[in-house]
Order: sequence, then C-alpha cells, then structure tokens
Amino acid sequence: MTVPIGLLSAVTFLPAAGALLLALVPRRRPAVHRAAGLLIALATLAVSVPLWTRFDGDSADFQFEEVYRWMPTLGVSFHVGIDGISLLLVLLTTLLTPIALASAWHAIEDRTKEFVITMLLLETGMLGVFVSLDLFLFFVFWEAMLIPMYLIIGVWGGGNRIYAAVKFVLYTMVGSALMLVAILALYYQHGAATGTYTFDLPTLARWVLPPGLGQNLMFLAFALAFAIKVPLFPFHTWLPDAHVEAPTAGSVILAGVLLKMGTYGFLRFCLPLFPDASYLFAPVVFALAVIGIVYGAWVSTVQPDLKKLVAYSSVSHLGFVMLGLFTLNQQGLVGGVIQMINHGLSTGALFLMVGMIYERRHTRLIADFGGLWKVIPAFSALFLVVVLSSLGLPGLNGFVGEFLVLVGAFQVSPWLAALATTGIIFAAVYLLWMYQRVVFGEVTHEENRRLVDLSPREWALLAPVLLFIVWIGVYPTAFTGKTEATIAALLAQVESKASVALAK
Amino acid sequence: MTPDFPVPPVSISVLLPALIVLVTGALVLLLDLLPPHDSKAHLGGVALLGIVVAMLAIIARWVAGTEERAFRDMILLDRYALFFDVIIGYAAALIVMLSMDYLGRTGGESGEYYALVLFATAGMMLMASAGDLIVVFLSLELMSLSLYVLAGLFKTRLTSGEASMKYFLLGAFASSFLLYGIALIYGAAGSTNLDRIAASAAARNGDPLILVGLALLLVGFGFKISSVPFHMWVPDVYEGAPTSITALIATGSKAAAFAALIRVLVVALRGVQPDWTALLWGLAALTMTVGNVVALAQTNLKRMLAYSSIAHAGYMLMGLVAGGVPGAGAVLFYLLAYTFTTVGAFGVIGLCARAGEEAVEVGDYAGLARRHPWLAATLALFLLSLIGIPPLAGFVAKFYLFGSAVRAGYIWLTVLAVLNSAIAAYYYLRVIVYMYMREAEGEGVAVAPSLAGGLALAIAVVGIVLLGIIPAPFADLAQAAVAPLLR
Repeated sequence: MTVPIGLLSAVTFLPAAGALLLALVPRRRPAVHRAAGLLIALATLAVSVPLWTRFDGDSADFQFEEVYRWMPTLGVSFHVGIDGISLLLVLLTTLLTPIALASAWHAIEDRTKEFVITMLLLETGMLGVFVSLDLFLFFVFWEAMLIPMYLIIGVWGGGNRIYAAVKFVLYTMVGSALMLVAILALYYQHGAATGTYTFDLPTLARWVLPPGLGQNLMFLAFALAFAIKVPLFPFHTWLPDAHVEAPTAGSVILAGVLLKMGTYGFLRFCLPLFPDASYLFAPVVFALAVIGIVYGAWVSTVQPDLKKLVAYSSVSHLGFVMLGLFTLNQQGLVGGVIQMINHGLSTGALFLMVGMIYERRHTRLIADFGGLWKVIPAFSALFLVVVLSSLGLPGLNGFVGEFLVLVGAFQVSPWLAALATTGIIFAAVYLLWMYQRVVFGEVTHEENRRLVDLSPREWALLAPVLLFIVWIGVYPTAFTGKTEATIAALLAQVESKASVALAK
Repeated sequence: MTPDFPVPPVSISVLLPALIVLVTGALVLLLDLLPPHDSKAHLGGVALLGIVVAMLAIIARWVAGTEERAFRDMILLDRYALFFDVIIGYAAALIVMLSMDYLGRTGGESGEYYALVLFATAGMMLMASAGDLIVVFLSLELMSLSLYVLAGLFKTRLTSGEASMKYFLLGAFASSFLLYGIALIYGAAGSTNLDRIAASAAARNGDPLILVGLALLLVGFGFKISSVPFHMWVPDVYEGAPTSITALIATGSKAAAFAALIRVLVVALRGVQPDWTALLWGLAALTMTVGNVVALAQTNLKRMLAYSSIAHAGYMLMGLVAGGVPGAGAVLFYLLAYTFTTVGAFGVIGLCARAGEEAVEVGDYAGLARRHPWLAATLALFLLSLIGIPPLAGFVAKFYLFGSAVRAGYIWLTVLAVLNSAIAAYYYLRVIVYMYMREAEGEGVAVAPSLAGGLALAIAVVGIVLLGIIPAPFADLAQAAVAPLLR
C-alpha cells in the first residue's frame, strides 16, 4: 500500500485537520464537539502506535523521515523525522492529549467548541516541535503553539488567568526572539563557511562551528529560550502562575508535554550544534539545576495549595532532567530522557487527580481536606501510587530516571550527585506530608463526607497513565532500548565535534 | 520648422495602470451628477471595477515582462513599479470594498470620496513609477492632497477636521523639505533624473550639497513613511480620519513612499550609500523602539495601530540598512504582508460600533468573541500576523527582513528588532485578551453586516495565510522586482 503522505506528517497534522473540520460544526452542539475532539485525539494516538512498533531501536538514524521542498531559495524544507528521543516524546504527546481532552468532559462547559479546537491545534504544534528537523520549521511550530496555550490559560483558566496567560506568552516570546537571531546567525555562518545555505538540522549538526564568542552567544540565545520553557531556575516564575490558573487539561499538557519542549531543545539543538559551548556552560547549568532541585522542593513543602505544590515540584523534577542532560555521559542522558517521560506521566497524573478533587470540592487547599481514605478509598489508593511514582519509589517509573541521572552526575562530581540526592529526600518530605494531610487521619470537614469516588470515566483516564508508570518502573529496558542508540550516537557526535574544534 | 521646446514622445502604455485609475476617478465624478442621488454605493462599484481593470493591466504587464521607460525616463514601468502597483491596487480595492457600507452608516457617503480615493491611488502608482525627482514630487502631491481632503471627510466631527488640518500643515511642511532636498541635489548633480544623478554623484564624491540634499529628502520621506522623529501627525490623523482612509494612509501611502524612497536611495544616491545607511540605522532603531513603547500605553485601538504602523516602518527601514537584493526584496515582501494585515485590521474596526459610535476603544471589544466568534477570530488573526506568529504572513515577512539584516552583519539591530517584536506582542495580545477573556459591560459591540466588507476581510485573511504558508513564490517575485534596480 502506498501512502500519499508519510506517517509522521499524518500524525502531526491529523489533529489540526480535525480542528478545521470541527470549526464548521455549529457551536450549539457541545456534546458533538467533545466526542469528536476525543475521537480525533484517539485516532491520532492510534496512528502514532506504528511509530513505536516499527521503530528500530538499534539505529541511531532519523526514521520515518520526510523531506519536501518548501522555500528552496532560502534552504528551508519541510523535513521531519524522529529518533529515539523524539519518538518517546511524540508518543507521550499523543497519549496525554486524549486524556487531557477527556478530563475536561465536565470541567469545560463554556465555549466547548473553541476549547476542543484549541486543544487539537495545540497538539499539532507540540508534535511539530518534536518531529521538525529543520530549524525554520521547528521555529514555526515552537511559536505557533504558544497561542493555543495562551488561550487555554486565558479563556478557561481561574481567577487570575489573564495575568498568568500574558506572563506565559511574554516570557516565552522574549526567549524565542533571541533564538531567532541565533538561528539566522548560524544559518549565515554555515552558509558562508560551506557555501550551502540551509536550515536543515542534520546538515548543520554535521558541520563543526568554530568555538569562541560566536558559538557561546548562539548557545546562550538558544539556551535562554529553552531554559525559560523548562523552566530552569531562575526563569521559572511564570510556571506556578500558569499552572495554578490553567484548567486541569491545560495543566496536564503544560506539565506533561510543554515543559519537555525546553529540555528537548537542549538535547536536540544546543548539544549537537554548540558542543564546545555546552561543555563550557555545563557547570552553570549544573549549578542552576541543583538550585532548582533543592529550591523547588523547599518551596513545594510550604505550599498550602495542591496545584501550586505540584507546580513547584515540576521545577525540582525538571532540574533533575537538566542535570542528567548536561552530565554528557550515557547514563545521565538516558536518565534525563526517561525522566522527561516520567515527569510527564507522574505530574500529568498528579494534575489530573488534583483536578478531579477540585471538581468535587471546588477548593485545592490542603487544609480543606483530610481523611479522604475513609470516604474515597479508590481515589486515595491511586493517588498514593502517583505520589510514590513522583517521589521516585523503586519499582515505579520515577526511580529509574532519577537513579540514572544520579549515576551520571556521580561520574561528573560526587558532590553534585550528593546535592541532587537531597532533592529526592525533600521530594519524599513534601509529597508524603501532603498526602498525609489530605488522605490520612479523621475527616475534618463535613463537606468531604459527601465526596463520591472515581467514576468510570476517571478510571479510564488514569488507567493508561498508571499502566505506563508501572511498566517503566518494572521493565525500563522497553523504553531505554529505543533511545540508547540515539543517545550514544549523539554523545559521540558531541565529543568528536568538540575534539575536532580543540585540535584546530 | 521644429519647435524650440522639444516635445517628448507621449507614451500611453507606460502610464496605463495609473491612467485607468485616474480616468475611473473622473468617471465617478461625472456619474455622481446623475441619479440616483440618495445612494452612492454604485459609485463604489464603479471605482472597484476601475481598480480591478488596472490590476489586470498590471498583471498582464508583469507576465509580458517588458520594461518600459517614457517621457525622457521620467516614468518607468519596470517590475519594481509593477510590484508596488499590485500592493497599492490591492490596498485600494480592499478599502473601496470596506468603504461601501461604512460610509453609508457613518454618513460620509459622497461621490467625491471614491474619486479622491482613486486619485490618491493613481498618485501612489505614479510614485512607484517615478524615474525623476520632479515626478516623485508631483505624484506625492497628487496622493497627499487627495488624502488631506479625505482625512477631513466627516465634516461635522472635530477630530476629523483636526486630522485633516494637522495632516495638511505638517504634510505641506514635509513636502517643502523634500522639494528643498530635490533642489540641492539638482544643484549638485545638474539633473533631477535618477540615473543621471547617480552618474554625476559618482563623479563628485563626497559633495556636501548632495549630503545635505539627502538629509532633507529623508525628512520628507520620513514624514510619509511615518518614521520617528517625523511621526507626530500619525496618531492624531489615524484616529481622526475615517477608518477606511486610515487604512489607506497606513498601507497605500506608506507603500508608495517606500517605493519612491527605495528607488531614490539605491538608484540615484547609491554613491553615498554608507552615509544613508548610517542615517537609516539610527532612524530604524529609533522608529521601532518609540513606536512600540508608546503603543503600549494606548487604549484607543486606532491610535495603537498608528503607533504600531510607526514601529513597522522601523522594521522596514532595517531592510534598507541591510541593503542589497535580499534587504530591499524583504522590504517589498514585508509591505505586501503588512498591507493585507493592516487593511484587514482597520476593516474589522470599521465594521464594529458601540452605542452608535465607532468602536475604537480597546475596551469596546470586550466579549466580541462570544457574540461574533468569526469576526473576533479574524481580528485575532490579523493581530497575530502583526506580532509575527507563524504560520501567518507577518512572521515570514519578519523572518526575511531580520534574515537580511543578520546576513549583512547588523546583529545588534536585529536583536533590538526581535526584542521590539516581543514588546509589541503585549499590546496586540491585549486586544485578544479583551475579545476572548473579558465579558462586555453594558451594551456590547455591534457589528454592521456588510457583504462587501466581509468579502474584503476574507480576501485579506486568505492573503495572510497564503503568504504565511507558501511565501517562497511571492518572496522570489519581490527579489526579482528589486534585482534590476541594484545592478
């Protein structure tokens, strides 16, 4: 069978095509929009499954590649493809989007049509970021996906939503503005040196950019854009605002996928394009990552609001990812990648469950709960699994990533690993203390006695996430196996390019 | 016996696009005297038809690929002129379509309105074709005088009168600077023809007369393209003029002024390129920064777009600083994208009214997305394109422009420009905040149904999406249009 367009483009543009169709359906039928939106997202998930089954984990090459001419005089092409890193993130996106859409089944009653369309457009934007192998194309998706997220926070968010939405957009825009200049500078430097003017990422990554001020500045411009997105301390201040104000579906996508675009950017662009600068600035990244790990954990501990607690815990967890990536050794990088997926699953699930309890009680304050186990045992049990996964209990997914990151960090410096390990301890403190106050003890508020336990829809939302939480925890090789070859090749590339540059 | 005064050979074909528009304008004036007297909408139809015919002539010319010069090289109809004719023609056509219902609703309907729009359009087209400083001046005046009158169309509104007066006085002042500059350059070079100026300026390297003339020319053009510090008239005129005319001033007039400016600089004054590059660097940096920063403080949408149009002029000047075919080509492409976007944005404003008045305050747009989701989405698209969000025309246009500046080594100017774009996002997004995230207080905004207006907006939306997704053919045309100039 011949397919007119490639599998990867189909996965990427299916949600957007569905969104365009839904725009024509009258808004009087919110149920149709909900169902159709979910169906489109599930179809995207189904179409993306062959990416996993047909992906060759032993190869470090880009697979499912597609190249179409787009702006030939500029050297811009529509070039997509995935390797072991983007494969996992693409699947994470296609998994979390239907879950997020279904989580909003009752939560979003206002302007359902617009909400569903916005979510689907957002999915296309996120997938596009992960599959793009052309700097221009990447930038297009990177910027385009800002607007749907802005609308989701700003239109369907909480009381302070406009402030949070504008802050989110402006932070991201300032970062990406400088990245655009760096992209152009890289393009012209490469063109002047080789005679080929192209935005093609694999071509640019093969070229050795001379080390020095130019490379350092370009690295910093890219790094700023990504650090804001991650968010790396001290660029994290937009995150708690955005998370607290966003609707549950928005928080799930924001924590689950959007933050990964930052760490993915470091991995895909900063390391291979600017290897010397990456080595040079690694200590700075370590320092910021460790500060983020510890600071995020401390601030989480004292949060009275469940959602804010989870938001700050993201700062801490993403610190681990950054630490792993910049160790620039195999264990650290694999750990960082797995930790990206883990954080998407665990934190996505945490936000889902906080959203469920919020829908019931219309409060997220820890003080308003207590003794939930007696009222809603199923919810409490699943919540425990998710909390344990987030704090890195062996046997669940969080442990695998954090362990590998720490192994990687130990090779760089035992002190670094020691400092980062305190973050795990603090994570246990804030998560278990929160769990204790919410779930154990006597029922302190009468309203909580009337809470109902998980509905079948909510079970269905959580089941796939829990499945992966356990699967990655028990048998991580299924996932690391897809990504190890890619990371080994990436490391080899970074090291050889850095040494070539040193030899000159 | 031959006459003492040599009569240059008359060529109709080189004037054809502008001539069609001018004749249509005269025809509209004539038809205005005939019945029906109660409605003038049919005159809009005649005007539109004239512009469409002119566009067809332009496109036929482009396809034929011939380059014509006539009247002793005073008028040129090359690809460069044709490219601008397309921009100007599109702007004029969309504006006529948007005006049809707008004028009836606001009580400004009159036959001379359409005639003056056509005369202004002809002036703009001639500016793009000017091969001589005298023609630059004459066509600039043809355009400007028509626009001065149009700005004051709402005779009973104080702001409209103020706009007209201010535009006229400051415009006349700027024109005299321009004329003085032309005189000095004529004194130094002995000719007003662009090619001959280039030849003699090259022979007289560093003549102070030429430099002073250049500075005065930049003052005159700076006024028309609304660059800082010659921008003082912009907010008041944009606010007071009828919205359709604001759109024409913001797009057609700006495009025409850029057309003449680019041709004068890169053809006649190429010998002093380092000098004008340095001057324009400063103007560009100042213009985009002042425009964006002041726009942050505006609550009136028309004033906000006025400052934003100043900022966009600053971005476009960057392309001239960068120079070469990529730089100038990027400016042409930017003007194309900017014209579609800006006409559309003003078009939406023209359709919206609140409590019997035009809805011009940002707050008037609260809750628009709930009442009129399609119109709100349309305005949002135009605003996003102005910010430069892909995949819309504004993004690609900025990309080409910033790319040309980086290519020429103006990294810091580009950094300033991208930071400016990020600042600009704030005030454009504020309108979206009102439309989508706030609810209307009291009487909400009402939208006048308008078939022609809706069609114009649809064309503009298709334009910005098309330019955003497949920009390459259009950008190549823009490059092909400027390439002969820079030979």
